[in-house]
Amino acid sequence: MSHIYDAPIRKPLIIGDKSYHDVTVDVAAPVEGRANKQWWIVFSIALTAFLWGLGCIIYTISTGIGTWGLNKTVGWAWDITNFVWWVGIGHAGTLISAVLLLFRQRWRMAINRSAEAMTIFSVIQAGLFPIIHMGRPWLAYWVLPIPNQFGSLWVNFNSPLLWDVFAISTYLSVSLVFWWTGLLPDFAMLRDRAITPFNKRVYSILSFGWSGRAKDWQRFEEVSLVLAGLATPLVLSVHTIVSMDFATSVIPGWHTTIFPPYFVAGAVFSGFAMVNTLLIIMRKVSHLEAYITVQHIELMNIVIMITGSIVGVAYITELFVAWYSGVEYEQYAFLNRATGPYWWAYWSMMTCNVFSPQFMWFKKLRTSIMFSFIISIVVNIGMWFERFVIIVTSLHRDYLPSSWTMFSPTFVDIGTFIGTIGFFFVLFLLYARTFPVIAQAEVKTILKGTGDNFIKARAANKDSHHE
Amino acid sequence: MSSNKKYWKSVEELDGNSSIVEALKNNEFVEEIPTDEFLGNKESLSFSSTTRRDFLKYVGFSTAAATLAACEGPVHKSIPYVLQPEQIIPGIADYYATSVFDGFDFANLLVKTREGRPIKIDNNAIAGAKFSANARIHASILSLYDSMRLKEPKIAGKPTSWVDVELKIKSSLADATAKGGQVVLLTNTLASPSTEKLIAEFIGKNPNAKHVIYDAVSESEALDAFESVYGERALVDYDFSKASLIVSVGADFLGDWQGGGYDSGYAKGRIPQGPQGSKKISRHFQLESNMTLSGAAADKRLAMSTANQKQALVHIYNVVAGASVAVNLDAKLKAEVTKAAQQLGAAGSKGVLVSGIQDKNAQLLVLAINQILKSEAFNTSGTRQIRKGSNEKVAQLVAAMKAGSVHTLIMSGVNPVYTLPSSKDFVDGLKKVSLSASFSLREDETASITTIAAAVPHYLESWGDVSITKGTYGLTQPTIRPLFNTKQFQDVLLSLNGAIGTYYDYIKANSASIISGSTWNQVLHDGIFVGTIPTASGGTADYSGAANALAQSKAASSYELVLYTKTGLGDGQQANNPWLQEFPDPITRVSWDNYVTVSGADAKLLELSNEIVANGGLNGSYATITTADGLKLENVPVIVQPGQAVGTVGLALGYGKKAALKEEMQVGLNAYSLYKGFNNVQSVTLKKADGEHEFACVQGQKTLMGRGDIIKETTLEIFNTKDAEIWNEQPMVSLDHKEVKATSVDLWGSFDRSVGHHFNLSIDLNACTGCGACVIACHAENNVPVVGKSEIRRSRDMHWLRIDRYYSSETTFEGDNERKEAIAGLSSSLSTFREMEQASDNPQVSFQPVMCQHCNHAPCETVCPVAATSHSRQGQNHMAYNRCVGTRYCANNCPYKVRRFNWFLYSKNSEFDFHMNDDLGRMVLNPDVSVRSRGVMEKCSMCIQKTQETILMAKNEGRVIVDGEFQTACSSACSTGAMVFGDVNDTESQVAKLAEDERMYHLLEHVGTKPNVIYHVKVRNT
Repeated sequence: MSHIYDAPIRKPLIIGDKSYHDVTVDVAAPVEGRANKQWWIVFSIALTAFLWGLGCIIYTISTGIGTWGLNKTVGWAWDITNFVWWVGIGHAGTLISAVLLLFRQRWRMAINRSAEAMTIFSVIQAGLFPIIHMGRPWLAYWVLPIPNQFGSLWVNFNSPLLWDVFAISTYLSVSLVFWWTGLLPDFAMLRDRAITPFNKRVYSILSFGWSGRAKDWQRFEEVSLVLAGLATPLVLSVHTIVSMDFATSVIPGWHTTIFPPYFVAGAVFSGFAMVNTLLIIMRKVSHLEAYITVQHIELMNIVIMITGSIVGVAYITELFVAWYSGVEYEQYAFLNRATGPYWWAYWSMMTCNVFSPQFMWFKKLRTSIMFSFIISIVVNIGMWFERFVIIVTSLHRDYLPSSWTMFSPTFVDIGTFIGTIGFFFVLFLLYARTFPVIAQAEVKTILKGTGDNFIKARAANKDSHHE
Repeated sequence: MSSNKKYWKSVEELDGNSSIVEALKNNEFVEEIPTDEFLGNKESLSFSSTTRRDFLKYVGFSTAAATLAACEGPVHKSIPYVLQPEQIIPGIADYYATSVFDGFDFANLLVKTREGRPIKIDNNAIAGAKFSANARIHASILSLYDSMRLKEPKIAGKPTSWVDVELKIKSSLADATAKGGQVVLLTNTLASPSTEKLIAEFIGKNPNAKHVIYDAVSESEALDAFESVYGERALVDYDFSKASLIVSVGADFLGDWQGGGYDSGYAKGRIPQGPQGSKKISRHFQLESNMTLSGAAADKRLAMSTANQKQALVHIYNVVAGASVAVNLDAKLKAEVTKAAQQLGAAGSKGVLVSGIQDKNAQLLVLAINQILKSEAFNTSGTRQIRKGSNEKVAQLVAAMKAGSVHTLIMSGVNPVYTLPSSKDFVDGLKKVSLSASFSLREDETASITTIAAAVPHYLESWGDVSITKGTYGLTQPTIRPLFNTKQFQDVLLSLNGAIGTYYDYIKANSASIISGSTWNQVLHDGIFVGTIPTASGGTADYSGAANALAQSKAASSYELVLYTKTGLGDGQQANNPWLQEFPDPITRVSWDNYVTVSGADAKLLELSNEIVANGGLNGSYATITTADGLKLENVPVIVQPGQAVGTVGLALGYGKKAALKEEMQVGLNAYSLYKGFNNVQSVTLKKADGEHEFACVQGQKTLMGRGDIIKETTLEIFNTKDAEIWNEQPMVSLDHKEVKATSVDLWGSFDRSVGHHFNLSIDLNACTGCGACVIACHAENNVPVVGKSEIRRSRDMHWLRIDRYYSSETTFEGDNERKEAIAGLSSSLSTFREMEQASDNPQVSFQPVMCQHCNHAPCETVCPVAATSHSRQGQNHMAYNRCVGTRYCANNCPYKVRRFNWFLYSKNSEFDFHMNDDLGRMVLNPDVSVRSRGVMEKCSMCIQKTQETILMAKNEGRVIVDGEFQTACSSACSTGAMVFGDVNDTESQVAKLAEDERMYHLLEHVGTKPNVIYHVKVRNT
């Protein structure tokens, strides 16, 4: 495993003349060094947003859901939009670490740690919404099938919301275990380098007593593979189940069998966009350009382009099926979606999700870091609108015209959403300063195979190559 | 319950001279407490064994102990009966029959009381009780518990005693006699034989006194016309069930026209009856300017100004009577009116014509036409006694007051300062009256400026009698002891007359001669007594003269303002009633407001508009209304009203009250200020004003969008000649390449329904007039909270039962369906649907009451994660509030959008000041229905508390439940017979037959929800 043969046409995954020690130093640098001014500025903004959101949540819980903009017809809007959006973002982490692991895609090694961190942090945000959107969140534990003293009162296993509870909690726990397993050798590295006793103590606890023996490594590999196997179906199941919240209903615009694959594609789409957003900043701030290269960004852009196109096909299929079904309620729901009062949301979604990724066909654009960053933001906006469009435009004009109405958010809706973005960044920024943000142990395994200097050295000493 | 027993606290008390008892009375501690001894001696204090530390310990302990002692559970005030009254069994309701007339509304009622509290108004179903409660009467129960009521008598704003009040009036009467000043009793129409007799006696004792009757909303012209022909100041009592052809010229007889109460008779003739293939319903022509409930129900509605209506009436008279008075009517309208007139003439005694034109000549023509037709529906013997006011006499009184000739003015049941168009004159005149007294439920505009504000009890706390129609006699009986220090006007009159005894004794004595053949107790039990109705002697007048005079009347110069009363607030007496304020107008579906209704064409001309804003709320322009006499009403919100006759605008009376009203209820503008000369038609100009009004409208989308399967309707001809599949089309799907009924394809296994009860609620769209009595009855029965104007605006109404109102976007709904079917291609569908969102200028109207449909395959039940909503064996869809965590998933997945979420805490919350936040207002709550907390979903339960009560009652009595015993609040409030509730497992029941009827359909049956609420196809006789 130390280094496998790489075709010469493959570009190096680690550029710059990096030795094993350089990798260690580069990864440990943000943890061991002091935070710079930019970090503090961004952290302060994120913390402020988080606290503002917390205030909004406290206001909601103490006063009532009435503080939101919902009404008798539109019972979900920003709450579930945000929930699905955050869950979707969470998808990239598992896909990168589990699916790409099984497919032996070694370029994942530079990004999987952060992608998984992003997953866990975004699932935390996602998990908040189903709880705070409840009228009586203090009774949220009632959705768990736990023994109770209410007689034989049990949860309703028919309800997709209950499936959500299982799906999200499973996903969060598997992702967390998978992430932590990968972190063990890296925490151990930080422990070994720690100077202060406090840091040493903390990292030694976090590394679960990793010793670096061969047996440790063997078990590490086995567990990683098993967890990857477990996590892979979750990539498909979580968003499939989230989509069933809508697909199993009777509301035109929700009741759509295409939803599971369409949602999974959309989730991967938005997740990769978010990974791009975060890593483009992080590689710069933490000086990791040698590990997270333009090639990584390009590869992710290709995934974005493909999943974006799948999503586009799904949108068009929906329109086609609505027309082909001959059901007038279905037809009107989609006509209204595209041309009704919320036409701007629909066309924002279309522009951001279907048209913008098509620029990635051009190599020049998909290798441009600035352009990739912009598109990643655009896609995130587009995917938020997708969920808003599905939820609000389907509900606001359903069967009986007498109940048709509109939705507009209050400051609490907006504040809560911004708060979760703040919370997410608070967690991510803290992570970036305390965790090894690149899976250095794994990266080291490919250094000799795909490290720039090693490739060059191999090319220079072709004859002495004993592969 | 009170008792004069004295309980001894100790043996010592037996001895009247005990010094200890005496000492205890004056001093709690008999022996002196040696505080001085203890604290006075500084020296001993310094040697005290209590150290500073110990002292702090004691302080700490006692503080902690006191704090802990303060931590007690909330105190619930529940007091058991010391002496249990024989009739009151806690948990079992008692019913009292009563009849009410408040000067505007009247009904024969059954009042439900629980533990001595009246909590609900039901209709008295006994034979002879023909007037059902309308929405306002149903809501009046809440007005009883209004904390803003006048709670005690006041003189010059200061609380006083009744003795002083009576003394003051007596001395004023003596003073008036001495000075030769006039004494005037100004009352609403009383329709009470005893009160009228009492007043006659009062006038007998005070020869300088006179009685003036004043109706806030005048029917004086119709009364004058009837009086001149029949010699009696009364109104005709029509029986629309006997008419096969109804022509209404500006009479909203399903609304408040001449008191209202005609809907049940009308609806009887609207349900198709007769042998298969030749079923009949009445045909109804409506000529009107404002869109009214009657116009909505009509088979043919002609929108025209009152000026045109006058011409049309003359034209109808021409056709029916064979006269030839020249009329000035547009040819097209004339042709339409001719059609109606000819059919009316042909219908003969089966035809009837009514008119709401406030003009004596017009009302004479109504009498003439019905006399010619020999209309069976035209009943001049058992006349209505509920309007007696005279415009002329009221005007004379105001003039006399201004002239200073009125010495003492005693008012009862009127609020002229608010309702009089010449309110300022009245106020000026009042200053010249030496003593004025107002007997009123609240310290309203009038009572707050009269010398005496006399607090009267609510009708549910009073004794009274009423003769609504000639020959019938009803008793009003109290259902609770007076809540406040109130006294009835009649009791005060008795005392002024120097009579002995109470009004109760007086009525009892007086009724003896009226209720011959029955007993006092029997009449009290029944609430109503039907005596012999004297036959009326016919009469006549110069009808052709009236026709000629009417044909000469001039049209308004610019716009014609037509004042009307709304179903919710009526004349405005109950403006502090949040149920009524929140009740959406059946036509506009706007609550918490009055507004000027303008036709689409005029709105365009005047640049007035309505629009739906981002949060779904309705906004409208403001307009300034100026009458020809220079009276002005500024910033009147505008509603663009489909069906409003071009050149006319409508405005509701009864709003804009301020005195003794909670701040939230002080909504709208007082249109009485424009009600000059008691004429509901005024010539006005309209001008757009700045700003936008924020309405609280519960239905933003006005039209049905061609969705003909939601309200299925057909014409009588098709209904009689074609198969049910044609006019009651069933949705079909392809199963194994065969077309089958969509409802036969099912994902779910069905429940076994053969055992026990299976409830269905049937709603006949032909009989529903949209009156809204069911909406308020549901409010009262189910403790439905009121949420206020701003929340309604945000589409958060809590009504469990709503009445959807749809306009056609073509001239007919059939046209809508055809237009939608004709859509070809994308661009055509885009433009067509957008156009179909707009209502036609003179649309057809349909009402559809919608509540929880209690689906047998309910979409809400499958999605609740905690199983808070589930199905019962009896067909009801349950909602367990305690289990609900409030995800709102059920509401989203409800195709009917009938589920209502508690966005906030609506009870005991000062933010929602709608009576549910004070102890008095909470007395109206039904103890059988839980008050929901915030964060839970609620919805119609099909009144499970009522059905279970019926089942238990029958079980206790060991008998079988008979059809009709099962009722929901809405079905028992429905006086038109549109709503029928019952057990379909009882195959003989009415509802079981209705469920098998050919007209039966389920709402959105293609969704496969299999509801237990059924609808009946609307049949129009066009």
